[in-house]
Amino acid sequence: MVNNTSYVLQKRLLIILFLLVPIALLALFSLYPAGYLVYLSFMTWDGFSPDKTWAGLENYREVFRTKEIWQAFGHNFVYLGWGIFQNALGLFFALLLNSRLRGRNVYRVILFMPYIMNGVAVAYMFNYVFNSEYGSFNTLLRSTGLDQLAISWFGSPKAVNHVLGFITLWKFMGLNMVIYLAALQSVPSEIVEASRIDGANRWQTIIHVILPNITKVIELNLFLTIIGTLEIFDLPFILTNGGPLGASETFLTKTIDTAFKFNNFGMASAMSITLIAAVILVLGIQRLVTRRWGD
Amino acid sequence: MKTARFSPYLAVKHLILWVAVAVIVFPPYILVLNAFKSKEEFSQTSVFKLPHDFLNFENFSSVITRAHLDRAYLNTLIIIVVAVIGNVALGTMVAYILGRFEFKLKKLVMGAYIAVSFIPTITTQVATFTVVKNLHLYNTIWAAIVLHLSTSVLQLFIYLQFLRNIPRELDEAAMMEGASLFRIYRTIIFPLLTPATATIVIIKTIDIYNDMFIPYLYMPAQKLMVVSTSLMNFSSERSTEWELMSAAILMIMVPIVVIYLFFQKYVFAGIVNGAVK
Repeated sequence: MVNNTSYVLQKRLLIILFLLVPIALLALFSLYPAGYLVYLSFMTWDGFSPDKTWAGLENYREVFRTKEIWQAFGHNFVYLGWGIFQNALGLFFALLLNSRLRGRNVYRVILFMPYIMNGVAVAYMFNYVFNSEYGSFNTLLRSTGLDQLAISWFGSPKAVNHVLGFITLWKFMGLNMVIYLAALQSVPSEIVEASRIDGANRWQTIIHVILPNITKVIELNLFLTIIGTLEIFDLPFILTNGGPLGASETFLTKTIDTAFKFNNFGMASAMSITLIAAVILVLGIQRLVTRRWGD
Repeated sequence: MKTARFSPYLAVKHLILWVAVAVIVFPPYILVLNAFKSKEEFSQTSVFKLPHDFLNFENFSSVITRAHLDRAYLNTLIIIVVAVIGNVALGTMVAYILGRFEFKLKKLVMGAYIAVSFIPTITTQVATFTVVKNLHLYNTIWAAIVLHLSTSVLQLFIYLQFLRNIPRELDEAAMMEGASLFRIYRTIIFPLLTPATATIVIIKTIDIYNDMFIPYLYMPAQKLMVVSTSLMNFSSERSTEWELMSAAILMIMVPIVVIYLFFQKYVFAGIVNGAVK
C-alpha cells in the first residue's frame, strides 16, 4: 500500500471521528438510561425532587407483592393468545400467497397495509368500529338480527382485552405473513417438486416438506410475538386508558402510570427492569431452542 | 396452463383472500363514508350510507384549522427530515468503520449496539426522561430529533450486509491514487450504499411518522404537536363529533399509506432484512 504511515494515522483519526457522535448518542440515550434505570430501581424518588433515598430491594418486593400489577400482567396473556392465532393466520396467508395466483401482489400489499398505519389513527378508527351505540360493528350486528351480541365492547371487563387483542391481530398479522412469505420463497422448489412427483398431495407437502424447512422462521415469529405481547402499550393507553376499572391495564401501562402519574420513579424502574429481565429470558430461551434445531 | 380452466380450489383461495381483504378494508371504508357527511347528515343516516356529496370537504378543512394539523404536519416533517438525514449520515459512518477496519474496541462497539437492541426502548423511558430533561431538550423539537437519530442494530445489519458486497478492491484502487479514507467513504462507499439507504429512509420515515410515545412524553407543548399527538388532543376534545373525527383520522392515516404504496419494494426489503437477521 502507498504511504502506509499516513493511512495508519488516517485510519485512527477516522475511527475516532466517525464513531464519536454515534457512540455518544448510544451511551447517552440507551446505555446510560439502562444503567440509571437499575440505579433508580433501588431508590425511592418522585421524579423531580433533588433527593433520592436508598430503598434497597424494597421496590422489587413491592412489585412482586402488588396484586394489581400481576393482574395487569395477566391481561398480557390474552394478547399472547391472539398473537399465536395471528401467527397461524400469517402462516396460512403466506402459504396461500406463495403460489401462482392472479393478483397476489395486490393481496400482499393490502394485507400488510395495517402494519404501516399510524397506531393512534388505527386506535381511534376502531373506537369507531366497536362503539356500542354508533359503532359500525354493532350496527352490522343489529341489522342482521344479532342484537344480543351488540354489547359495549370497551365497557365490558371480559371483552375489552379480546377486542384490543383482535385490533392487534388486525394490525400485525401482515408483518408475520410477509416474514413467512420471504421464508417460503427461500424453500428450494426442487424439493417441493420432488415430493409432488413422489405422490404427496398438497397437504402432505406442506406438513412434511415445507414446514420443516421454515421451523427457524416460525420460531422467530413466535418469539417476536411473545416479546411484542410483553410490551403491549399504545392500544390500551389510547383507547381505554386501562379501563373499565383497570380491566385492560397491561404491565407497561401500569409502569408508565406508576412513573408519570403517581411519580413513583423507583418502583416504575423496578417494574421496567423486571420487564427487561423477562424479555431477555425469552430471548435466551429462543437462543437455546434455535441452537437445538441448529444441531 | 391450469388457470384457463375453472378450478374450485383456486376459487376458494380467492374467496378466503377476499374475506381477509374485506376485514382489513372495512374500518377505513366506514371512515371514508362518514368523513364527507355533514353533522345533520351523519346523525340522520346509517353509518353504512354513502354520503350525499363526496366533494363536501368541509370536515377536512375544519379539522385542519381546529386541530392545527398544518402545524402538526410541519413539525412532523421537520423531525423526519432532520432525524433521517442525521441517521443516514451516522449509520453509514458506523457501518463503514465496523465493516472495513480492524481495531481493538471493534467487538465492544458491535456488542454495545447488540446489547441495546435487547432492551425495549419503551421500558427505559423512565430513565431516558431524566436525561432528556437534564440536557434541556424537554419540550423542544430536538427531543424527538435526537432520540430518533441513533442507529439501530437492524439498520446497522442492513448496511453491513450491503457493505460486504462492495468489493474492497475499489477502496484499494482509490488508495493507490492517493485518495483519503474520508474521500473513499464519501465518493465510493456512501454512493454505493444508496439501495440500503433508500430502504432505511422509507422505514425510518414510517417509524417517526407513526411514533406517538416520544412526542407525547417529551413534547407536550401545543406548538410542538406532531400528527399523532394532535390527533390525540383533538380526540379528547371532540371524540363525539364522529364525522369530524373520521376526517381527522383519515388525514393522519393517508399520507403514510400513500408513501407505502409508492415505495412498497423498499418497505418489504427493510422488513424482511430486519426480521431474518
